[in-house]
Amino acid sequence: MSEESQQNIRCLVAKVGLDGHDRGAHVITRAFRDAGFEVIYSGLHKAPEEIVQAAVQEDVDVLGISILSGAHNTLVPKIMEGLEEYDAFEDTLVIVGGIIPDEDREGLEEAGVDAIFGPGTPMEETIEFIEDNAPQRD
Amino acid sequence: MAPDQPELVEDLLDGKHRALARAITKIENRSPGYREVVSALYPHTGGADVIGITGSPGSGKSTLVDKLAKQYRDQGLTVGVIAVDPSSPFTGGAVLGDRIRMASTATDMDVFFRSMSARGSLGGLSTATADAVKALDAFGKDKVIIETVGAGQNEVDIVKTADTVAVLVPPSSGDDVQMLKAGILEIGDVFVVNKADLEGANRTVTELRNMLDLRDGEEGDWDPEIAETVAESGEGVPDLLETFDDHTTWLDESGRREEKRHTRYAEELRNLLREDASELLEAELEARGGIDELVARIDAGETTPYELADDVVEPVRDALADD
Repeated sequence: MSEESQQNIRCLVAKVGLDGHDRGAHVITRAFRDAGFEVIYSGLHKAPEEIVQAAVQEDVDVLGISILSGAHNTLVPKIMEGLEEYDAFEDTLVIVGGIIPDEDREGLEEAGVDAIFGPGTPMEETIEFIEDNAPQRD
Repeated sequence: MAPDQPELVEDLLDGKHRALARAITKIENRSPGYREVVSALYPHTGGADVIGITGSPGSGKSTLVDKLAKQYRDQGLTVGVIAVDPSSPFTGGAVLGDRIRMASTATDMDVFFRSMSARGSLGGLSTATADAVKALDAFGKDKVIIETVGAGQNEVDIVKTADTVAVLVPPSSGDDVQMLKAGILEIGDVFVVNKADLEGANRTVTELRNMLDLRDGEEGDWDPEIAETVAESGEGVPDLLETFDDHTTWLDESGRREEKRHTRYAEELRNLLREDASELLEAELEARGGIDELVARIDAGETTPYELADDVVEPVRDALADD
């Protein structure tokens, strides 16, 4: 007998570190909601550990990290390590939005970031990427 | 331990956070196999005190939950929180914002906070919440807090699954009739006038007291308490905690805990049966070409919804009558 299954894409929009600009994060949160996602917003100034805690406990399919401070090279790998520690690394789609210089992209991707969306990326592109790549939960 | 126990359940009972998170997702999504998981968790439940917190938007629920969690942690107790937020009936999307308030216990993994959206459909929200609570309970949490907006039957149903129910009332929210209408007065074990530093708090306490006095309680019933807090600063929270403990003690001593549990099991069984039955009937509808096909006959004036319903249910009725 088939059991009725109800699945929504769950997404954590995370602001990490000291940068206090969350307009972008707010806009994205709303766009994700309107796309039918369930969005958890972390709030400002979160430590990598808090982001990991939220991502693990909320069992999100997608972790979107918004970062404008320039500290991505230290903060993002810390989050990745944390996800690994709780076995959440493999099946969480991690995307980074914000100002990431070209020369840093490779390093972040090596750390496990699945995609980086710079300023001016159309919202539809990000949403489409998530819809196409969000892990399937059984 | 049963050998056929799902691996997920074993990991959960082993204290793996990821497994707990995954189990709740399964429960929430009604994924295939979720029933086996909940069923396997069942024998491990019963250890947690479940506290339901409800109140109008902006009454300070999330902030209070944060302070409560902190206080429990200071006592060395572990805490699980399920925060339910409404979802858009149009897109199904939701912004689950309660987590932002959990500042006091950030990075403390012994507070397991989970946001859930009220995914409109099927009305199984209270079942899903109750099952998620079981997962937290089986995981070994000492206290489980359910937080939900106190508007509508859905939320009242959710919060009713708790052992102790706290209703938050902001000062000067005045309108007595509104509260009675919502059926909120009947479900509260503790009424919390939060933001008690604001003007009108005293009046609200008096009004509440008056209204509670009008309740027809039976002999031996719990007499609802009124507490005053300022969740923002944590004022009054220790007293509130004590009141919760008093209620827990009363539940045990009066035998009401068993009674409540019995009622809850009955409700659960009913919900499951209802879910199953409606699924069977959905399948039957599909087999008959789908609901639109049938309704077309009503459109054409050939039959009525009553006749059709009778017709569709008939085989089920016959099968059950045979037993």
